[in-house]
Amino acid sequence: MSRPGRDDSPDRLYTLTGGRAHATPDSPFDLVTLVVAECDPTTGMQSEHAAILRLTRLPTAVVELAAELKLPVSITKILLGDLLAAGRVSARHPRKAAVPDPDVLEQVLVGLRNL
Amino acid sequence: MDSATSEAAVEAAARTPLGATADNGLKIVVVGGFGVGKTTLVRSVSEIRPLNTEETMTQAGEHIDDISEVRGKTATTVAFDFGRITLDARNVLYLFGAPGQERFWFLWDRLFSGTLGAVVLVDTRRIDDSWYAIDRLEHHGTPFIVACNDFGGPTYAPSRIRDALDLDPQVPLVDCDARSRASGKQVLITLVEHVRNTYAPQASLREQELTR
Repeated sequence: MSRPGRDDSPDRLYTLTGGRAHATPDSPFDLVTLVVAECDPTTGMQSEHAAILRLTRLPTAVVELAAELKLPVSITKILLGDLLAAGRVSARHPRKAAVPDPDVLEQVLVGLRNL
Repeated sequence: MDSATSEAAVEAAARTPLGATADNGLKIVVVGGFGVGKTTLVRSVSEIRPLNTEETMTQAGEHIDDISEVRGKTATTVAFDFGRITLDARNVLYLFGAPGQERFWFLWDRLFSGTLGAVVLVDTRRIDDSWYAIDRLEHHGTPFIVACNDFGGPTYAPSRIRDALDLDPQVPLVDCDARSRASGKQVLITLVEHVRNTYAPQASLREQELTR
């Protein structure tokens, strides 16, 4: 299995993100945040942005986008942050709580038993 | 058909997209040493072919923006694979196979905060490989179970494995065959039931406070 990003030169990643190496610590994106396109790709758009908009016509998790784009998760989050700020995607964040919601745990169990 | 549309059609055909109403991603992590069967377990229950990605960080922390630091020796890269299970119209479970080695734990909070729980996958022939993962999960306060993958070798009494791992009596210990969908499913159910039991007293306490 090829490992995305491993053999890419850092220069490519540098160019993709305009020199930003890390998502800011307060990046709103979790690995499993579901991203949904709010518009179609346009001509002249950065190709990674266009690819994200095509991939997210239906909800798609951040980690799936990273794998499909063959980019590290942190770089993917930077690209998504740009699209989110421009209103081109929306984000459905996981419902996080210090203690998991018992109702959600029940839903998980029902879903697993139905597998 | 213009090229953008046909490209999208090809991408959609190659992938199994989620339903439009999906809005809550959940995480379970399978931790274990090299060759213990993490990817096999993920594959046996996943609705997609397992995908692979990676995360990189500098051990110095999050605040270094200079890309040259990423080139340097301080960069930690961890590759992990994952699969997915659509639970219902809204909930989607992502199952991550992650290496248990030391550098991986630098990335735990960044990648796996909010994880429902973890499965420590054990090869009983190399039980020592699991100590570190169990220690770290206890440290992070992540609920976990231990699943012994059946490699067809001699089986050990659960009490011997518990002793060897110095396992807390409350932590479930199960046998599994990572190649089997039914077995993998049972491992996940055991974990989520354990998570529910772990939090049940806290949840009922919270309800009491709310109704007071």
